Amino acid sequence: MTTMDREGDRKRTIRARNRALVAVLVALVALFYAVTIVRMGG
Amino acid sequence: MSAAPSTTGVRLASAPAAAVADYIEILKPRVMSLVVFTGLVGLVLAPGHLHPVLAVVAVLCIAVGAGAAGAINMWCDRDIDAMMRRTADRPIPAGRMMPGEALGFGIVLAVGAVLLMGLAVDMVAAELLALTILFYVFIYTVWLKRRTPQNIVIGGAAGAFPPMIGWAAVTGDIGWGAIALFAIIFFWTPPHFWALSLYRAGDYASAGIPMLPVVAGPLETKRQMLVYTLVLWPVALTPALLGIAGAYYGACSLILSAAFTGSAVLVWRDSTERSARRMFAFSLLYLFLIFSLLLLDHAGGNSA
Repeated sequence: MTTMDREGDRKRTIRARNRALVAVLVALVALFYAVTIVRMGG
Repeated sequence: MSAAPSTTGVRLASAPAAAVADYIEILKPRVMSLVVFTGLVGLVLAPGHLHPVLAVVAVLCIAVGAGAAGAINMWCDRDIDAMMRRTADRPIPAGRMMPGEALGFGIVLAVGAVLLMGLAVDMVAAELLALTILFYVFIYTVWLKRRTPQNIVIGGAAGAFPPMIGWAAVTGDIGWGAIALFAIIFFWTPPHFWALSLYRAGDYASAGIPMLPVVAGPLETKRQMLVYTLVLWPVALTPALLGIAGAYYGACSLILSAAFTGSAVLVWRDSTERSARRMFAFSLLYLFLIFSLLLLDHAGGNSA
């Protein structure tokens, strides 16, 4: 594997990681919203 | 001025880029699945009602808390993980993740899970979750694991807390039912782990971990495994005696406990590692079936 390939792999890995992080953050926002609604309703 | 950024840049570029799969792996997903399941059973069996959204949050916090403890454990144990075949391919010893990343990830998740449990669900459940994480990291991983063959006996308490956390999320306290569920996992843990360590004794010995087969030998280990499976007979029956489960559960638990003791007898009589492997697999099935039966019994109308 060449240095270019390795760097390409590394960038792809970091990009996938960033997407996962965005998904987690969006899910957390939705979760906190739902929890707030439930707690206020209770 | 130019040397410092360049050095940092080189260091960052040569650092491993851990993949999403590595972050999931350091949470020990297989352990997490059992923790989630037992926590869920505690939550369902507890008397009272919890809003479904808060129940999901409680289970999520238990899962994330368990995963966080696993990640911190992998940071603590990175030296011995590298020496054992079973753990050598974990993200840190395999060089796919920097140790600090795992530690930071674990701490952030642990704090987040405890805070969310306390703010959204219940403070007692949050305290128990914090206790579980601290117990697993400091009592089991840091203190006991490398010092005594009783490491998994006392440390097993960390794995036994989840149903108690689930119970507390609903009731806000620790009832007898929660203690019964705790006791089942607590007394199940030694024969479960010793079955594994019987056929991995070489690994543990080379890493310097004083597991019972390494320190006391296989015969003494097999004797103690048998004793623990016998203790499980009345312990697994306790939910029926407390009225949390019915007679159907009681009868099935006795049959399962008898089968577990039977597998321990087979291990006792077998000088090869085959029966130990089978017992390890059966121990997972035993716990899954015991807790599934409790769920089924509860769904069938028996509730505290």
